Amino acid sequence: MLKIQNLQYSVSAEGKTTGILRGIDLTVEPNHFMVITGPNGGGKTTLAKCIMGLAQPTGGSITWNDTDITHLTITERAKLGVRYGFQHPPRFKGITVRDLLTVAAGRKLSHSEECGLLTQVGLCAKDYLDREVNTSLSGGEVKRIEIATVLAGNANLMIFDEPEAGIDLWSFSRLTETFGALRDKRNATILVISHQERILSMADSILMVSDGKIADRGTPAEILPKIVKDTVFSCKALEPKTEGGN
Amino acid sequence: MNDIDRSLLEAVASLHEIPQGAYNIRKDGQSEARNSTDEIRIIPKEGVDGIEIHIAPGTVNQSVHIPVILAKSGIQESVVNDFYIGEGSDVLIVAGCGIHNSGSEDSAHSGVHTFYVGKGAHVKYVEKHYGQGEGTGSRIMNPTTAVYLEEGATMEMDMTQIRGIDSTNRETTIHVGKGAEAVLTERLLTHGTQKAESKVDIFLDGEDSTARILSRSVGQDDSEQVFFPCMTGNDKCFGHVQCDSIIMGNAKISSIPAIRANCTDAQLIHEAAIGKIAGDQLLKLMTLGLTEEEAEEHILNGFLK
Repeated sequence: MLKIQNLQYSVSAEGKTTGILRGIDLTVEPNHFMVITGPNGGGKTTLAKCIMGLAQPTGGSITWNDTDITHLTITERAKLGVRYGFQHPPRFKGITVRDLLTVAAGRKLSHSEECGLLTQVGLCAKDYLDREVNTSLSGGEVKRIEIATVLAGNANLMIFDEPEAGIDLWSFSRLTETFGALRDKRNATILVISHQERILSMADSILMVSDGKIADRGTPAEILPKIVKDTVFSCKALEPKTEGGN
Repeated sequence: MNDIDRSLLEAVASLHEIPQGAYNIRKDGQSEARNSTDEIRIIPKEGVDGIEIHIAPGTVNQSVHIPVILAKSGIQESVVNDFYIGEGSDVLIVAGCGIHNSGSEDSAHSGVHTFYVGKGAHVKYVEKHYGQGEGTGSRIMNPTTAVYLEEGATMEMDMTQIRGIDSTNRETTIHVGKGAEAVLTERLLTHGTQKAESKVDIFLDGEDSTARILSRSVGQDDSEQVFFPCMTGNDKCFGHVQCDSIIMGNAKISSIPAIRANCTDAQLIHEAAIGKIAGDQLLKLMTLGLTEEEAEEHILNGFLK
């Protein structure tokens, strides 16, 4: 179980302190599939980074399976089964897809295991295993390899930051199937930051994060109509002008 | 051979025992073992330290190993080796030098290699430099390499120096003939107060000649590196120079690639980059369970692979 209590993250610049996370309280049950959404700059990525240890919170605590991980290093969290898929994965000169999957798995994988991981993200092992994860790969290819590295780790808490960003429409369909299969396996807690309706609709619950706080939480049936209402019909430009108005 | 000799041989030539085929093993200024075959003759030079290697035309799938090891402190030598590679042959040449210096005197090896590669021949040349030993004497290597590629010949050169050599001054000159191709890959890691300088001059002399230089280096601690790769196009040709360096600690790296065209059909490109290990690379590998030190080592190993 993931338990987050009064999580704070603030930054100071020029004598002014800005709260990015302003008291997040959250409990996620084991093997739950949660999609985190909300407006840009609302704190979604910072929350995810705090769970992985990529950002150090300025207050509050994070407990994973009864272990307080608030002050553990990234490596220590990874060894506890926490994994993170970056929104903008780095490139590596000289490191191949196979190398990266081996590091991610912590052991040498069999060829069929390597194929299985790449197939799940819509890549053909024959074409990609020996390729370097460098600038010769497209943004979408790197993104899919990134997801494969998270899957390779047999994690029990997987965090994905906008996995769909940079992935073309054809591959997106494959990606939603992958996340659907992950959810149905029910052997890991999964947090996905996403704005895509197809990913939102497959969630056990949707968490709305806005202005550094949890704005709402509920099932897709409860939350999706509110998102549509807030994003489309609350737009002032679409409101009919009243007679005699400015 | 003792354990030190064996460890040096393994480091520079991946040899565990005396190799098959043609070889010349040089140790502490003298020839330790030598073998010629029907196709590959190794002959000592007269009046100067070194050997001539004659590879008969049409020799394929054969190898020549010519490792040099310096196990005694204070040896300073210069060796001249000439390679004559016959038309249409396809061979692997493994050179390399290992220095174990446990004393206070400097140990130095200067290898002067000249390759005459015949028409249509293909040569893969692997050269590793390696140093070890706890002595205060320096380990110095100054290789000079000249290559002449005749029509349609190809040469792949892999030159590696990872740690252990205190001072190196490398000069490489390659003349590429009509339809010939040269590919030079250089890998270098310096640390401590080591200094390394590498000058590569490739002349694309023949029509449709091609050449590539790929230089990857890592400078750590207080070490210094200087690279001068230069590609000159004298006919219709294609040349590409790529220099990538990772800088760490207080190291200093200069990368000065140059391209010169003396023909309107010469197509030459150079790229050079120096930078530290990107923070997001370290973070990514740490999220996969590596410590920061392991992540750094993994990145460097991949970069220099």
